[in-house]
Amino acid sequence: MSDLNERADHAPGDEPPGEESGHWVRNANLGLAFSIVLTVAAFLLAGSHVIYMPAIPVALLVLAIAQMGVHLVFFLHITTGPDNTNNVLALAFGILVVFLVVAGSIWIMDHLSQNMMPTNQMGQMP
Amino acid sequence: MTDSGLPASVAAIRRVQQDPNRLGQRRHGSTEPVEGVGLGTTGPATKRIIVGYGFWIFLLSDIVVFSCFFAAFAVQRGATAGGPTLEQIVDIRRVAFETAALLLSSYTCMLSFAATNARSRLWTQIFLLVTGVLGLVFVLLEVQEFAELAGRGITPQRSGMLTSFFGLVGLHGVHVTIGGMWLATMMAQVQVKGFRREIVHRLICFNLFWHALDIVWIGIFTIVYLMGSNSTGSGA
Repeated sequence: MSDLNERADHAPGDEPPGEESGHWVRNANLGLAFSIVLTVAAFLLAGSHVIYMPAIPVALLVLAIAQMGVHLVFFLHITTGPDNTNNVLALAFGILVVFLVVAGSIWIMDHLSQNMMPTNQMGQMP
Repeated sequence: MTDSGLPASVAAIRRVQQDPNRLGQRRHGSTEPVEGVGLGTTGPATKRIIVGYGFWIFLLSDIVVFSCFFAAFAVQRGATAGGPTLEQIVDIRRVAFETAALLLSSYTCMLSFAATNARSRLWTQIFLLVTGVLGLVFVLLEVQEFAELAGRGITPQRSGMLTSFFGLVGLHGVHVTIGGMWLATMMAQVQVKGFRREIVHRLICFNLFWHALDIVWIGIFTIVYLMGSNSTGSGA
């Protein structure tokens, strides 16, 4: 008995039931195509002046998040289906922790450095 | 789970109460409960699902580790202590080659798993080999970058920014290196042991690992290199 065909749930990066291997190659091709477009766009954007300059970091972040989504969907096979609920919940928790760590660090350290005494005054301390 | 002797509507109501989202059912058609989905009534999930899901949890915790290094870099990126700025140490051309190598290796890694599912040992090995070569190219480019920076006197102890830069990029490089060793081990195991069940499970885990490394690299090349090469991004 193959353990592929007799189940409805599936692990990340694994194959949904009832799909043959052509599905894999098609997914890989789509994922590669989207990734190339997004990567080339990011590299071109970083060295150019085609959009409003201060908006470039935000645009780069948007392209990066889009490409991470492409990887999750086409390479890791994360979907919204009921057979994927556990994987999506774990991913959501991971994203929450990552967000807390990164945003929290930036927030706290930014306030700390605002409250620091400027270095040129430090030598005049009695 | 047969409700023989009861009217069909009673069985249907019972099914909806026990499993409102039809998780224990096949996606289309048949209403027979499926074995091995881990929903209690039909027994434990298959080893394949448990192994893949467990490794997924490990990968998410690994990404949390990376997020700590990203946070350190975000905080330290302006702390150059009078030394070189990020803009001066970034070589976009090399980063473009590194990105291309890692993205293509992710693609060939997935093709190798397609070949595994088709039980083709030759193509699995070919695509794994290509994946490994591309990973090696990536690591060598990164070693070259670090050696070049060290030759210019740019080392981790120079400033807070450089500490977090070498920490973040180096941690990813170490991951790719370890992944490459794992890949070589998997090639040997596929060759000697064939597609036994536990070997396929290890290949699933290796695929997840390699794709996760590419996802982390997307964050690195965007936040460290592209935003670092762009003077508007390095305010602070």
